[in-house]
Amino acid sequence: MSFSTVNSELFIGFFENVKLFGITLLFALPLGLIIAFGSMSKFSPVKLLTRGFVWIIRGTPLMLQLFVVFYVPGLLFDIRFPGSNPRMTAAAIAFVINYACYFSEIYRGGIESIPKGQYEAGQVLGMTKTQVFFKVILLQVIKRIVPPMSNEFMTLIKDTSLARVIAVADIIMVAGKFSARGIIWPLFYTALFFLVFCGLMTVIFGRIEKRLDYFKA
Amino acid sequence: MAILEVTNLTKSFGKTKVLKGISFQLEKGNVLSVIGSSGSGKTTLLRCINFLETADGGKIVVDGDTIFDSESDVKLSKKQQLEKQLKIGLVFQDFNLFPQYNVLDNVTLALKIRAKERPDFKKNKKQIYAEIEQKALALLKKMGLSDKVKNYPCELSGGQKQRVSIARAMALEPKILFFDEPTSALDPELTGEILKVIRELAEEHMTMVIVTHEMTFAREVSDYIVFMDDGIIAEEGKAEEVIGNPKTERLKAFLSKISD
Ligand SMILES: Nc1ncnc2c1ncn2[C@@H]1O[C@H](COP(=O)(O)OP(=O)(O)O)[C@@H](O)[C@H]1O
Ligand SMILES: [Mg+2]
Repeated sequence: MSFSTVNSELFIGFFENVKLFGITLLFALPLGLIIAFGSMSKFSPVKLLTRGFVWIIRGTPLMLQLFVVFYVPGLLFDIRFPGSNPRMTAAAIAFVINYACYFSEIYRGGIESIPKGQYEAGQVLGMTKTQVFFKVILLQVIKRIVPPMSNEFMTLIKDTSLARVIAVADIIMVAGKFSARGIIWPLFYTALFFLVFCGLMTVIFGRIEKRLDYFKA
Repeated sequence: MAILEVTNLTKSFGKTKVLKGISFQLEKGNVLSVIGSSGSGKTTLLRCINFLETADGGKIVVDGDTIFDSESDVKLSKKQQLEKQLKIGLVFQDFNLFPQYNVLDNVTLALKIRAKERPDFKKNKKQIYAEIEQKALALLKKMGLSDKVKNYPCELSGGQKQRVSIARAMALEPKILFFDEPTSALDPELTGEILKVIRELAEEHMTMVIVTHEMTFAREVSDYIVFMDDGIIAEEGKAEEVIGNPKTERLKAFLSKISD
């Protein structure tokens, strides 16, 4: 088995990881904000329900959630995931929900750490709540959550390999197939993919932090 | 006719009665100072008039327009309430500038947001924004901040921050400007520049309500002074009389404590 064959197989596998990473962020970042607002709601049923949900999602293993999303709809309601790759769809749903809950807590921490005076200053200047949030609060929140978010992004890319438990053909699964045939090294070699990816993340987040360095909040 | 009429304003937080029926009037172009020991309800009074808190009872009339009336059944929409609130500007003790905007943008932000609602906004956007900036620059010049317009709040001293926040409040052309201890968060050597700015505004007959612990300043700048004690106005009158010749024991005690 040549190095280049292994390499290209692994790349195909890693593409699945990156795809799951991208889809998860695309949906979990906005969904997390909605969940954050739910968990801060002044209407206590909404608040309790949201917080209960977040507790369940954060309190159970992601691996278990993957199984639940993949099997339960079929078993209970005879629903099949549409699309050419139902396993990826199921994995994406589980990941989006799971990460949205983690993001929501980061958002909530960020939003709650903004001094009340910022909202009040906006209000006495005649801005609506929505205007205050988007024009005054949001960027300050973003600045505060960049470091914890960079952690989550790195955890996420590594977590994506969990999707192999419902047979998403990720890089670890591909490497595992080589091991089964007695070729062990590709499994260790996968580390390099994650390392490079996380290195890239570090650089990007470093840039963002620098970009937001011009103000103190 | 008075430009501000507050009648029997009450406010409780839970079981604590913080305002126990506050009434006063303010003439256009006059300066009213509110003095009193910490916890007497001065901030709460300002916050109720600014809608940052909702009073439990009473009535507030600004320039003939009832902005709050606990007896009335008329329910204002959020939008209407915001409009009414704009009649009054507020300068906070700790500035509350927007950290991510430079000095100029802090002053123009609210105006630019409001300009978007103008029917001719799309057509004249450039010109409207230019006018807003001109206005803001003029205000900042008046505050002695012409060389700081591109700076961010974190690059300013406390006194400069407070002057920006005064310009920001003035930009909306409020009928009355409120100050809640505008110098309390400043180092002593910086209070002078803020008091000077307020004095200048008073000379231009800006109507103002100032909560302050600076007695000399209050005496000199105000037309009228109210002394708050435990949620009521315990004494009020012309600045000279209230500070120069206090009648109640509480005010005497307060003044002697403050001058120590
Ligand atoms: N949001 C609040 N919740 C509960 N109590 C409050 C609140 N705001 C003010 N108070 C209480 O109201 C009283 C008056 O406070 P305040 O108006 O800030 O006084 P001052 O500005 O004269 O020092 C104090 O006893 C304070 O603890
Ligand atoms: Mg106060």
